[in-house]
Amino acid sequence: MTDPKTYKFNTKTLHSGHQPDKNFGSRAVPIYQSTSYLFQDADHAAALFNLEEGGHIYSRISNPTVAVLEERVAALEGGSATLATASGMSAMMLSLLTICSAGDHIVASSQLYGGSFNLLRLTLPRFGIETTFVKPRDLEGFKNAIKPNTKCIFGELIGNPGIEIMNLPEVSKIAKDAGIPVIIDGTFNTPYLCNLFDLGADIIVHSLTKWMAGHGTSMGGAIVEKGEFDWTQGNKFPTMTEPYVGYHGLSFAEEFGPAAFTMRARAEGMRDFGPCMSPTNAFNILTGIETLSIRMEKHIANTKIMLDYLTNNENVSWVNHPSLPDHPDHDIAIKLMPKGPGSMIAFGIKGGRDAGQAFINAMKLTSHLANVGDAKSLVIHPASTTHSQMDKQSLELAGLTEDMIRFSVGLEDMEDIINDFDNGFRASQKPRLVASR
Amino acid sequence: MKLKVNGKTAYFTTSGREIDKKQPTIVFVHGSGLTHVSWVLQTRYFAFHGYNTVAVDLPGHGDSEGPPLETIEEMADWISDLLQTLDIEKSSFVGHSQGCLIGLEFAHRHPQKLELLALINGSLAMKMNPELLNLALNKDSKAVDLMIDWVHGPLGQVGGHPVPGLSHIGMGSQLVTSNNNGALGADFNACDKYTNGEVAAESISNKTLCIMGKYDRMTPKKVGLELASKIKNSKSEIIEDSGHMSILETASDTKNLLKTFFMENN
Repeated sequence: MTDPKTYKFNTKTLHSGHQPDKNFGSRAVPIYQSTSYLFQDADHAAALFNLEEGGHIYSRISNPTVAVLEERVAALEGGSATLATASGMSAMMLSLLTICSAGDHIVASSQLYGGSFNLLRLTLPRFGIETTFVKPRDLEGFKNAIKPNTKCIFGELIGNPGIEIMNLPEVSKIAKDAGIPVIIDGTFNTPYLCNLFDLGADIIVHSLTKWMAGHGTSMGGAIVEKGEFDWTQGNKFPTMTEPYVGYHGLSFAEEFGPAAFTMRARAEGMRDFGPCMSPTNAFNILTGIETLSIRMEKHIANTKIMLDYLTNNENVSWVNHPSLPDHPDHDIAIKLMPKGPGSMIAFGIKGGRDAGQAFINAMKLTSHLANVGDAKSLVIHPASTTHSQMDKQSLELAGLTEDMIRFSVGLEDMEDIINDFDNGFRASQKPRLVASR
Repeated sequence: MKLKVNGKTAYFTTSGREIDKKQPTIVFVHGSGLTHVSWVLQTRYFAFHGYNTVAVDLPGHGDSEGPPLETIEEMADWISDLLQTLDIEKSSFVGHSQGCLIGLEFAHRHPQKLELLALINGSLAMKMNPELLNLALNKDSKAVDLMIDWVHGPLGQVGGHPVPGLSHIGMGSQLVTSNNNGALGADFNACDKYTNGEVAAESISNKTLCIMGKYDRMTPKKVGLELASKIKNSKSEIIEDSGHMSILETASDTKNLLKTFFMENN
């Protein structure tokens, strides 16, 4: 029998979610820079407000340009629905607050982006939501950390910045046994490198700012729902199953089934917290996604070149990337991401913190900044920047060392980046001189 | 909402509203392998505009207890039994795809219980591709993938869901996959075996609306028009941009056609 002819990945990166404009035939997605949308009549307005029919009311809740991006991301991930947000952090926050209330508990990987770690460690406890952190390789730890009031497991498939790989299929089994969803930050892998839903995630969050947009121009995040999780099990998720007075007794799970989480996150989260994405950012991110496959392919190819260079460099004390045979997670990384486990490299520079700073200060082409996943190569010293608000114990838990350089491999000719690094390593041999400037 | 029908748990949604005996009732019946969720962009409107809406999960689907029923006739009788359990003497019936066959048979077997009839993406018969039928009977995920491909027209394939952020393909896949534990195969089998469509259609005297999708590959508009031609008091409407999933691909158009039909005839 013939195979299904639904569109494949690359076609989706270019087309999903967008019907060419009927008024003017615009082939590109128009930027609907409008705060609000005309109602056809009073009945139509009331129907929109009561979720009786789809459509746009006000761009904090939804916007036509942003909606194209949302459908495109849903299509690429194979999800039932997506909610775009102002940033990756707001995606994470909304995903958690959609199901967590005061008195609830989260189990999270200890290998997280510093902002994510701080949200869980410092901010959510102020609202009565506590988190237990578990090292991503500690499967027994995940199991033991789950309490009766635990609402989800949160993690990153490719940990930041230690680049440990979470054994998502096994963690997912633990979560399923406990009747809770797994929420995974898929920023570092993107849907090109693996499908997190196939590996066991129930909800994916993204910082679209990074590889998805790919050019360091626009902030954005996304929450993607697989649509499979049964929110009605065990009376554990009242925000999904109980009648919501804010929408005339609506039960999101009953009415919207596979899109219940997204509908609640939008109807309540965007209405009350409001971290919406701007239509111009959505347009920029859509443009980036059009070339996701070819960019990721090149990111991975360049990562191999740089790993070869770094592992043979006498000034480097260690190199951390899951594609390297000596990485503790090598086997699981290759199994879960056969195209390559991302384009983030961590390495230690001989001479420690001072040498690391000297190296970074000497960069001419490689950019020293707090971002990853740009088309341009980027470096940073996490201990003094992205993860600087963590105490010593937290740094150790996250696998951070003071000599660590985090390197986001870009799309330049790697010969030029190698020349830049050569200069950096030469400078790193004079750390005292640089440090005393 | 759950209650017992013939001793088994039956699930349906009223969009969170209490059933008001003074209001007219519309029962919504989904297509093969689907659930009540496929109706959300029609049922909520009617539930908040003077109707009792009863959007069912057929036995073995969604949250209704199994096993799935084996024939269209049994499904029609089950709807009748559900209405009796709810103490609803007369109801309008809106069916989609396989739900249209159930609607035809409900009208034929229980005419005293029917008010108005609306058949969306329907036909007099639904012979299944033997290979697709076998895949579904074997609970093969390829049956879901093929079905999701074929039920969507060009709009549904690319996207542009009426509800911002939702994916036609993703939503549909999840709904049908959740019923690919035997229910999808049973549904396809029931459709394939059903032969009483013409007799049932010709027996119907109730006012009937037939809605078709211009790009419907499962029940092309030609067979939809043939269905309408067999029902005495029927009216046909073709939605321009729709495939077989008119209730989602062109949800507002479908809702507006239903709204006009019910307003004109109540």
